[in-house]
Amino acid sequence: MPERSLDAIKAHPRYQELVRSRRRFALTLTAIILVIYYGFILTIAFAPSLLGTPIAPGAVTTIGIPIGILIILSAFILTGIYVFRANSRFDKLTTAIQENRP
Amino acid sequence: MIRLSRLGMLFALLTPVVLLAGPAVSGAVERQATNWTAIWMFLVFVAATLGITWWAARRTHSAKDFYTAGGGITGLQNGLAISGDYMSAASFLGISGLVFASGYDGLIYSIGFLVGWPVIMFLIAEQIRNLGKYTFADVSAYRFGQTQIRTMAAISSLVVVAFYLIAQMVGAGKLIQLLFGLEYWIAVVAVGILMMVYVIFGGMTATTWVQITKAVLLLSGATFMAGAALYAFDFSPEAMFRQAVETHPNGMAIMAPGSLVTDPVNAISLGLALMFGTAGLPHILMRFFTVPDAKEARKSVFYATGFIGYFYVLTFIIGFAAIVLLAQHPEFFKPQAVAADGAVIKSQLVSGLDGGTNMVAIRLAEAVGGNLFLGFISAVAFATILAVVAGLTLAGASAISHDIYANVIARGLGNESTEIRISKIATFCLGLLAIGLGIAFESQNVAFMVGLAFAVAASANFPVLVASIFWKGMTTRGALAGGVIGLVSAVVLTILSKAVWGDVLGHTAMADGVEVSVGLIGLNNPAIIAMPLAFFFIWLGSVLDRSERGNRERAAFDAQRVRCETGIGAEGAVAH
Repeated sequence: MPERSLDAIKAHPRYQELVRSRRRFALTLTAIILVIYYGFILTIAFAPSLLGTPIAPGAVTTIGIPIGILIILSAFILTGIYVFRANSRFDKLTTAIQENRP
Repeated sequence: MIRLSRLGMLFALLTPVVLLAGPAVSGAVERQATNWTAIWMFLVFVAATLGITWWAARRTHSAKDFYTAGGGITGLQNGLAISGDYMSAASFLGISGLVFASGYDGLIYSIGFLVGWPVIMFLIAEQIRNLGKYTFADVSAYRFGQTQIRTMAAISSLVVVAFYLIAQMVGAGKLIQLLFGLEYWIAVVAVGILMMVYVIFGGMTATTWVQITKAVLLLSGATFMAGAALYAFDFSPEAMFRQAVETHPNGMAIMAPGSLVTDPVNAISLGLALMFGTAGLPHILMRFFTVPDAKEARKSVFYATGFIGYFYVLTFIIGFAAIVLLAQHPEFFKPQAVAADGAVIKSQLVSGLDGGTNMVAIRLAEAVGGNLFLGFISAVAFATILAVVAGLTLAGASAISHDIYANVIARGLGNESTEIRISKIATFCLGLLAIGLGIAFESQNVAFMVGLAFAVAASANFPVLVASIFWKGMTTRGALAGGVIGLVSAVVLTILSKAVWGDVLGHTAMADGVEVSVGLIGLNNPAIIAMPLAFFFIWLGSVLDRSERGNRERAAFDAQRVRCETGIGAEGAVAH
């Protein structure tokens, strides 16, 4: 690869697009996992009995159990969404910048 | 490498067959037979890992080989290795024990251990792959004063490694003590020596494949155990929970948040430590340098999150099922916990378990799968500990050799063979230290010690790393101020907390006529104070920095950002 100046890379039309769109996407997903997790923690802290509500009358299983499992699933799904988006969109932009084509 | 992973799988499948050839099991010598099964499994595992180490040693020549396994690990392999590195004995034995003792609280803990992974994905993994070379301090110190930031990052890495190692060594000692009847200290010494052998001779290559082998074994063993346990309840979680509530001394309380979280401040503090601590663990961050590029780095996080999340669901099932199933086995309990009619006394279910609640998963293995499976799970737990301590030791040794020696003492001018030699010497010294600390902390709760390591990682490593990647305004002074204050406050607050001030240093007070250990402060986890303090001082130190060097460091951010975003100029990047 010929040595490209920093300014040349920064001036590439796709560079700003990559930086902005990835940052916005990553921050959005980070905010989602923070809201999910701290929503859960604050519920435990301030209204623990809420999670102790049975899922159905007479059931022993409490809603805290499926909620907990869903949080575990959401962590996996959110990372999957990021990978999907990065593979399809961010990698295209990155390659365009690396190979210096529009 | 493909051949070796197949070998690992094959080994996992073959071991039980090999063991069938062992001595016949009869009631009278059950204890003895159990030991032989476990010993056979241990020996097969140790032989396999030494084989891996021998193979790895022949491939380990350069510093890149030693620190990153040559940088050619795939996303899936690294995802497995990360899970092997992260699913510690504290997760497996500690969390299943916590579920057994307090029910739902165990799930809260495991969720905390998992939610750091999306954060790593979105903010850390690709970025450090593009910016770093061997250690996360490469990234923390990227555009800053190498001497100061490297030294600080190395010290906080070593503190994290030390805390985490204590937990692993204690788990190892107790487990092997129970299974072999060996002295605690002999078990700790054996683990220490094996871990030194893996790292010194096989470096990251051996460590990676030991971790992959262990992850496959642990996931298959835990899957079988959870499946067999659920089978006992006709695969009805409701039936399992119902019987657990009937059996457990705390009754319905185990189905909701309980004593783990006593107040909002401690709940949030623990949450911060677990979530952001994961993103500051040196041995985990180091794994992102073993893959060829940012794309494989992100794939590794995706796979790792899946494996780890699945594993925590399994430990939850294991812990709950154990409440019911272990109560049917009075032989697992201390004599005073068993009534005259041979049944386990309800109030003694948790406190009366022989070997303590850290042994819940091991006991359940025996209950659902007999001696053979007990031996298998014991060997897996042993493998778990070895894989984690090897990763930790390698991270600690790299902090000493790559950060302190190569970049601070030799200022980047030293030669590679000296650096490798120093990392091997460091591994040896860390091994001795781990053995010593493992023996010293014999009576501490395993899962709790890991919480302390996470607090330091969240308060010292994570803030500097993330500010270095994303904040143009940070300077060396700011990073130093924030990092040092984060580290010191996390450690000091930990010392003042109940776990150290009360339980270790022996300060007690009378509560309701009973002598209980107390801390100087009510905060059990320091992250809620230490982590914001670190960020605040990073900001303050940076905005007050009007030096010429500070301006140069801010100006250098654009170049760092281009490399971070595009991978152009990254270590081992494919040239276009």
